[in-house]
Amino acid sequence: MAATQEEIVAGLAEIVNEIAGIPVEDVQLDKSFTDDLDVDSLSMVEVVVAAEERFDVKIPDEDVKNLKTVGDATDYILKHQG
Amino acid sequence: MAKIKPSKGAPYARILGVGGYRPTRVVPNEVILETIDSSDEWIRSRSGIQTRHWANDEETVAAMSIEASGKAIADAGISAEQIGGVIVSTVSHFKQTPAVATEIADTLGTNKAAAFDISAGCAGFGYGLTLAKGMIVEGSAEYVLVIGVERLSDLTDLEDRATAFLFGDGAGAVVVGPAQEPAIGPTVWGSEGDKSETIKQTVPWTDYRSGEVAKFPAITQEGQAVFRWAVFEMAKVAKEALDAAGITADDLDVFIPHQANERIIDSMVKTLKLPESVTVARDVRTTGNTSAASIPLAMERLLATGEAKSGDTALVIGFGAGLVYAATVVTLP
Repeated sequence: MAATQEEIVAGLAEIVNEIAGIPVEDVQLDKSFTDDLDVDSLSMVEVVVAAEERFDVKIPDEDVKNLKTVGDATDYILKHQG
Repeated sequence: MAKIKPSKGAPYARILGVGGYRPTRVVPNEVILETIDSSDEWIRSRSGIQTRHWANDEETVAAMSIEASGKAIADAGISAEQIGGVIVSTVSHFKQTPAVATEIADTLGTNKAAAFDISAGCAGFGYGLTLAKGMIVEGSAEYVLVIGVERLSDLTDLEDRATAFLFGDGAGAVVVGPAQEPAIGPTVWGSEGDKSETIKQTVPWTDYRSGEVAKFPAITQEGQAVFRWAVFEMAKVAKEALDAAGITADDLDVFIPHQANERIIDSMVKTLKLPESVTVARDVRTTGNTSAASIPLAMERLLATGEAKSGDTALVIGFGAGLVYAATVVTLP
């Protein structure tokens, strides 16, 4: 069953916490991965790969650069999840 | 039809000795910061690199190779005349022909050893090692010298803030010879030419010669795409190499991945779930990315510092421009 927006944000929060050590409550839709959550371009790849596995979605390299905020990633996953 | 006599080789092959050469000039991040807008902290956090070595005019591809090879030959306890093959992997020898391997074979004092260059980027050491093993087991050489050597500073765009800090120069060499027990596992290798754009030389030499482009060619890469492939696809290849050798991560003593970037190394270790008991090569911190030279250089340093010892079981994996890759399990010399 497809994940809801709420479930995706919660899942991303766990992933970001695991990879960058950011508290889960800080991961909100309007937060920028780079500017607010200390996720640099390489950690972002790790976040994307973990999200792909968790939400059964493919996020190609060329789309990764467009995922600036948690909201961008959530929308992308909502739209593309299998 | 005449009957052709079969060739007769050794039952198995192993690495008998290793040697390295690091150029005398040590280049700290401060020097890189003269041409790019970045910071020491940024470079360290994205790559783990603190310093690298850059070669001077005398430290040519041949000269560095000869130094490293001399040490490897001494370490193996053989003489140069016993060497029947010299394989050099490099992408930064700027004289296309003849192969630099012939000059190295001659200067070292081999007895007309077969000598040739290969181009397999950062997987070059694994490609050379696999060829050497084949030559020894097949019987066309008793001892083969495998050299990875680069002067990547010559192919670095010092104004590109994504790559200016990455590359270094140096040479690493191993002597491969006959063995009675398997000491080099099956190689898991391959190429993915559909991803050739992710790491490449900016333009062909001919475009520079014709004046079509004014800037000397350099190596460029798509950082995120390379990182994803190197960590997650190469972890699968590494696992296949362990399976092919019939061992698990718990049997490993040492992990020597291509020294591309410490973040890639960290992430590979995590993805592969390597036990904490495995020693991980992190030579990239003070050597930078030296492409084909990185694995033998890292191997030499681990043995020299005592972090690894002769007889240890090591997983080596190279990956880079092509894209190409090669992974195998070896017994350390």
